[in-house]
Amino acid sequence: MSRVRPTVPVPVPVPARPRARLVRLFAVVTAAAVVAVATVTGTIAGPRASGLAQDPIPTRIVSLVPAVTEMLFACGAGPAVVGVSSYDRYPAQAMDRPKVGALVDPDVEAIFRLKPDLVVVYATQSDLIAQLTRAGIPLFRYQHAGLSDITETIRRLGRRIDHVPETVRLAMSIEKELDAVRASVAGTPRPRTLLLFGREPGSLRGLYASGGVGFLHDLLVVAGGDDVFADVKQQSLQISTETVLARAPEVILEVHPSDGWTPDRIERETAIWSALPSVPAVRHHRVRILADDLLSIPGPRVAIAARMLAEALHAPGSGF
Amino acid sequence: MSPVPLRRGLPVVAGCVVLLAAAILLAPLIGPSPISLARAFSRDIPFADNPDAQIFFVSRLPRVLAAALVGSSLAAAGVVLQGLLRNPLATPYTLGVSAGASLGAMVAITFAAALPVGGVATASLLGALLAVLVVYGLAGARHRGLSTTVLLLAGVTLNAFFSALILFVQYLSDFTETFRALRWLMGNLDVPGYGPIAAAAPLVLGSFVAFAWLARPLNLLSLGPEAAGSRGLAVGRAQRVAFFGASIATGAAVSVGGPIGFVGIIVPHLVRLVVGADHRLVLPASAAFGGAFLIACDAVARTVFAPLELPVGVITAMIGGPFFLWLLLRNR
Repeated sequence: MSRVRPTVPVPVPVPARPRARLVRLFAVVTAAAVVAVATVTGTIAGPRASGLAQDPIPTRIVSLVPAVTEMLFACGAGPAVVGVSSYDRYPAQAMDRPKVGALVDPDVEAIFRLKPDLVVVYATQSDLIAQLTRAGIPLFRYQHAGLSDITETIRRLGRRIDHVPETVRLAMSIEKELDAVRASVAGTPRPRTLLLFGREPGSLRGLYASGGVGFLHDLLVVAGGDDVFADVKQQSLQISTETVLARAPEVILEVHPSDGWTPDRIERETAIWSALPSVPAVRHHRVRILADDLLSIPGPRVAIAARMLAEALHAPGSGF
Repeated sequence: MSPVPLRRGLPVVAGCVVLLAAAILLAPLIGPSPISLARAFSRDIPFADNPDAQIFFVSRLPRVLAAALVGSSLAAAGVVLQGLLRNPLATPYTLGVSAGASLGAMVAITFAAALPVGGVATASLLGALLAVLVVYGLAGARHRGLSTTVLLLAGVTLNAFFSALILFVQYLSDFTETFRALRWLMGNLDVPGYGPIAAAAPLVLGSFVAFAWLARPLNLLSLGPEAAGSRGLAVGRAQRVAFFGASIATGAAVSVGGPIGFVGIIVPHLVRLVVGADHRLVLPASAAFGGAFLIACDAVARTVFAPLELPVGVITAMIGGPFFLWLLLRNR
């Protein structure tokens, strides 16, 4: 059987120098990528960089980030907030503001209708950022990171909305309270702690733990616990019961939003852990479920969150 | 069917069964943390103080058994549906069973947050049953037997329709529920104990009894329904048994592990390459090899990025996809 071969003369590549062609191809691809990235970042970063200095002080702020909404109200800029995200629960005044969607489903039309002169967005909401930029609406970008970024964000926010003295005071008081929590646990033994923020109800499946970086990990360290996953440089990781058994934490802390966590349910869900009796935390009844929204919001109430964790870790009579 | 290939294929079937047994025995020894078997089985240490025993019996063994059950069911159901539909590209999910199961699970995850243990599995089983009845009703509505063409079309349409409903339910759910739902769809064999396995086992066992009876009828059906009928096969009955058996096995498997892909299409083809097309060999060999294959994939998922876990469905797809392409290219 013969194969059909092309009869049209094709330019034959020089076989002796395939590497040169590869290098050229690589150079072209790299150049294209650099241009593409430069264009994209240019369009996103451009207006912000140029607008930072001249932007007037905002009087109509829409916040899609609950943590920043709390910061705005805490520093006295609450009256300027005209719209909040659908996840905002705190403070109570924020609840009367119109809801304009959230991280994955922002309602752009509702935002436009509020005629904001500043919109607080997540840095990852690239579609929304593009639309708002096209409409000429100034942005304040928020990115979720570690504990020290909270006070940093508060200070940056203060410069942007011209509330510098208030935000500096707020940031300093948070730092002072965090130091107080640190001091209160200084010298006490630091229990090896597993900090979970997700689990399938009624079972030990789908365990999501805090890794060795990020806001929850930092809170745990301030509260006087040693993170059993300090070595995993990731904000969150899914683990199995085997990993819990192998890492043998002395304390297990679960943090959840308050929705639906009745005392009955907390008791029931705590009892689920008895399936792993050899884990020191289970054996010594050191599994605690904390259900409060403020534990998952990296806002101005972090010091309260740190205090709650510290109390759960170092309860009287626990030996820690 | 000449008896020679059957006799020649029997050692392969026996080999697959040995492989499955070896996988069930060895996989619980593999994991991110080393355990001592002597300690795990020691009678001197009480269970409550014995992490080795707990890792073995609480964390690993249920998973390995779940993988064996799910892998065997999906592979065998794949063989049966490929035979019934006379279509080599059929999978256990072709007829909409997994989409129905997924819809059931999504509804349970989204609208009943604090369900008791097994609630999601039960809901997914009900969803699968709903899909099976709809497809059966459609395929049998205007024919005396089952029309495989209508069966196929109804299945594909139902898959698309249920997927749309799944997206709609996901849209209604909040962020954490969406995340849980997505994670369920990736497939996960980390069962919360022996309960789900025990609940699914009778269904799978019933299906396997049906499959054992089906081996010869499927051989005849591969000649086409008319030819099979002229050789004395009660075609309608064989088709119904095949359809319900495969659907129930699939629904049970999905309720335990979620819709884990590729097992139901790769394993049957791989086995056919070795033993030929005789269903008396392909069915038992696929059932055994499918279990061993999924146990191996789950072992990789558990260990490769420890202490992190990968979704097992991602592993089966990453191993299965390229492997399947290689098979296709090699056999041209």
